[in-house]
Order: sequence, then structure tokens, then C-alpha cells
Amino acid sequence: MAVTTPRTPAHKRPAEAPRRRRPAGRRGRIQAKGYLYLLPAFTVLAAFLLVPLGQLVQISLYHWDGLSGSTWAGLANYAEIARSPQLRASFVHSLVLIVFYAVVPTVLALMLAGVTTRAARLRGASFFRAVIFLPQIVAMVVTATAWTAIYAPDGVLNTLLRAIGLKSVTRAWLGDFGTALPAVGLIGTWLEIGLCLVLFISGISQIPRELYEAAKVDGAGAVREFFAVTLPGLRGQITVALTLTVIAALRTFDLVYITTHGGPGDSTSLPAFEVYNRAFSTGQVGSACAIAVVLTLIILLVTYAITKLQPKED
Amino acid sequence: MISRRERALSYAILIVFAALATLPLIGVLTSALAPRSQSSASFSWPDRLDWGNFSEAWAEGHFATYLASSVLVTVSVVLLTAVLAILAGYSFAHFTYPCRSLLFYTTLIGLMVPPEAFVIPLYFNLRSLGLTDSYWSLILPQTAQSLAFGIFWMRNFFRSVPSSVIEAARLDGASDWRVLWQILVPSGRPALVTMAMLVFMWTWNEFLLPLVMITNESKRTAPLGLAFFQGEHTTQFSLLAAASVIVALPVVILYVFLQRHFISGMLSGAVKG
Repeated sequence: MAVTTPRTPAHKRPAEAPRRRRPAGRRGRIQAKGYLYLLPAFTVLAAFLLVPLGQLVQISLYHWDGLSGSTWAGLANYAEIARSPQLRASFVHSLVLIVFYAVVPTVLALMLAGVTTRAARLRGASFFRAVIFLPQIVAMVVTATAWTAIYAPDGVLNTLLRAIGLKSVTRAWLGDFGTALPAVGLIGTWLEIGLCLVLFISGISQIPRELYEAAKVDGAGAVREFFAVTLPGLRGQITVALTLTVIAALRTFDLVYITTHGGPGDSTSLPAFEVYNRAFSTGQVGSACAIAVVLTLIILLVTYAITKLQPKED
Repeated sequence: MISRRERALSYAILIVFAALATLPLIGVLTSALAPRSQSSASFSWPDRLDWGNFSEAWAEGHFATYLASSVLVTVSVVLLTAVLAILAGYSFAHFTYPCRSLLFYTTLIGLMVPPEAFVIPLYFNLRSLGLTDSYWSLILPQTAQSLAFGIFWMRNFFRSVPSSVIEAARLDGASDWRVLWQILVPSGRPALVTMAMLVFMWTWNEFLLPLVMITNESKRTAPLGLAFFQGEHTTQFSLLAAASVIVALPVVILYVFLQRHFISGMLSGAVKG
């Protein structure tokens, strides 16, 4: 039955034969019909995403308030990002959020997954997986509403603190210059830790058990086992976790718009929030576009760097 | 196999993190069910169940209108994305033509760029066409965004179908069109369900685009409606909580039944804001 012959165009219908320039296998033919299948999707994508992306770069080179005429700005809008302390601060806030959204959840989830290397095989594992993953699918507006109540002056957190006699620590967590940004960051940690945990627990279940047995035979303790078996086995999952969480941190908008609106002062302003604010509230459209370009480039660079950081499988 | 100590430790970790993940959401749910007299600025535990907050949020907050907008927009985006992504994924997976890789990588750009990047020019383009404040201003851009992922997803699925299956159908004289709709699409139901669920969730939860495009109150989507409702009812958390439950519930119900699709899809590296 299974005769191994090179793929020949023997099955082709004669009527279509003259149109083919290159006789080859199915993947080798040049078929103009392919363009037709692609056309509707590509039109929508181009009109509503790719063309606006090009226009973004163009607008970023002008001073424009969105209403009247625009004047050529050259790179002035970009220079402003480097010069303006307010804009520089918004990018620094992004870095802080990366710690809360990406670094803390990844490290914490790795340690937890390391001590529960067989969690995926426990009874009820898929139930726990679904519950732990839940924050990822709930609308950000709802998450923000819940956490506003937790951080409110007479909210859950302060009630708890009062109950354990720490009344002096209580404050309006989202309204305090010192705590607003970490408070927003902790919401990010809450959002992303489940994602990391689910990724790593399922990743560990794919590591061959023999590797753990071998480590045990070699007399490796829990720590050596983690660094010798678990960590190398989770390279792929760590890359995915870092990519998803870092991008989530850099893109944060809804959460800040609803919980703090960038305040108090500018203490929780973020690049994505500045983009929105300048374009649609303060009439600095050119500047908003320049920030958006920089933010996009940072996201592309970071994604690329994380993929490159992943050591090659041997 | 598993030592008792390890089992106990594993369960302890799972239980703690399951509790942490759900407590803020359970707090919203219990507050929503608490009677108005109990309402505070924070979570409350109801002495008795009271559905009054839901009816009040529904009527006073116009959530019936917001949900109708959300359903219309979301269903349109899911259907449009599914059809267009199937066609384009098929094109990339099973046809050969000049510039195919270039076009494919161009569509992938849409996977990487944040919505903040193209929403500004998009707003001014649509405004000059008189399309802002219309459902089209939500449906078409979100279809474009979802397509970047959808095309990638469907192409990978179509490539995974053994080519012998397609060759056999071609031998029987099936056209490309029939191969797609009678063989590939029916066998790709799991992949399609995953894509549809993710696009449903992203579209339903989307906030920035409606915030920018919609000023007419009757066209607000549910999350946008909730954000405005929050601004007006900061002191009545039980009412706000009921509104939050209404907004979150459709996606959560789908998630309960199809969680495998959600999790596997989102962990496959699918990125969208």
C-alpha cells in the first residue's frame, strides 16, 4: 500500500494544468486563488489596523491638536519624551509595574511549582487550575471595581489592618502618593500569578519523571533538584509567562483609568494612559502618537529580547 | 507514588492560591446580594439574600441597553473573525503564491502592537467618515485586531491536518472551496471553538475602543457602562457590585463550560490587550 514515491502532480486535474507554472507538490504550485481567500481578511486588517499604524508614525511628526491644522514638528515630540519629567516618570512607572506583573509572579510561581512537582496529577487538579486562572478572564473593569473596594479608606484592607491593631498603617491606598503605584502593581500580581502557576504546573507535568528519580538517586536535595531538573524543563513556559506578563504590564490602561486616573498627581501615570489623555483630553495628538510609537517599539523589543534570552534546546 | 507530605503541601498551595484568586470576586458577589440597608463602600456579607441591587442596577444603570450593545458587537466580531480567519488561514496554509510569507508576517504585526498604537489615527479616520458613535466603529476595528490572532491560529490548525486527507478529497474531484468547508472546517471544530471563545472574551471585555469611539450613552458597551456607573455610585458598593456581576457573568458562564479552551488558547502565547 504505502509506496514511497516522490510527490508528483499525477493527481492534478488536467483542466487546471496549463495555469501552473511550476509542476510540484500541492505546496509547490503557484495559485493566484490564494490571494482571493486572503483578500477579505487582509482588507479589514489593512484598513483598521495596518494603515492607522502607519498614520501613527506620520502624525507623531506633527504638532496637532486634533481640530485645526497641524504644523511640522520633526522629532520634537520624541525629544519631549526624553525631556519631560512627567513622561519619563510614566515610563519608569511601567518598569515598576513589570516587577509586580512579571518578575514577582514568575519567581513566586516557579518556587511554588517547584515544591509541588506532581500537582497536575492530584485529584481535582483541573478544578484548581480553572479557579486559579479565573482572574485572567474577568473584565478588567470588574477587577478594578473589586480592588477599589479593597483599597478604599473604609475598605477590606483597612478593616483587616484595624482588626489586627495596625490602625496607624491604614490609609487611602490608591490616593496616597507613596502607595498608589505599588497598590496598582499588586493588582497586577494578583492578575498574573494564576497564569504563571497554571503554566508552570502543566509544564512540570511534562518533564519526564525519570529525571526526578535520577536526581534523587544522585542524592540531589530539593534545591539542586529545582535547579537541575525543574528550571531547565520549564524554559519554554518561562518564556511564555514572561512575554505575556511583561506585555500586560506595559499595556496597562483600563486598570489605571478606573482605579486612579493616573493620580494622585502623576504618581500612577503610565505611557498608555498618557497616550489616551493627550490624544483625547488635552489636545496633544502629535505628542500622544510619539509616545504610542515609543511604547510599541519597546513592546516589540522586549518581546524579541525575551525570545532571544531563552537558551536553545540542545 | 506521591508522599503524603508532598500531597498535603500541594493541596495547601492550590487551596491558598485558589482562595486568593477568587476572594475579591466572591466579595463582589456577596456584596451584590446584600440588601441595600447594608450597603457600604466596601465588601459586605448579606444577612439575607436580596436581588434588589440587580433590578435597580438593571433599570437605573441602563444595563439592559449596554448588554444589548455588547451582544450585538461581540457576536458580529466573532462571526466576522471566524469566517475571514478561516479563509485567510486556508490561504496561508494550503496555497503557494508570491509574497505569501511577507503577507503572513504583516498580519502578525497585529498580534504585537498594542491597541493604544492604532486607536488615535483610527478615531480621526472614522470621525471624518462620520462612523464614530456607531457600532461599526467597534465591530470593524475589533475584527481587525482579532483577525491577527485568528489567521495565525487557523493557519496553524490547517497546516496540522495531514495532507493525505486533502489529497484524497482532491482525487475525488473536490474543489478547494469544498475541501475547506466540508473537510477542514468540520474537523477543526475544537480549534474554532477556542478561537471563538477567546475573541468573544476579548471583545466583550474591551474597554479602550468603546471609551474612545462611543459618546452616545445608548451605544455604550457593558464594561464602558460599568465604568460610568462607577463614577456615579462610589458610595453604594452593593449596587456597583451587582452591575459588575452583570458585566462579568456572560464570560464567566462560558468559562465554566469551556475552561479548557480558554486556558489552552491563552497559554499558547496568544497576546491581546
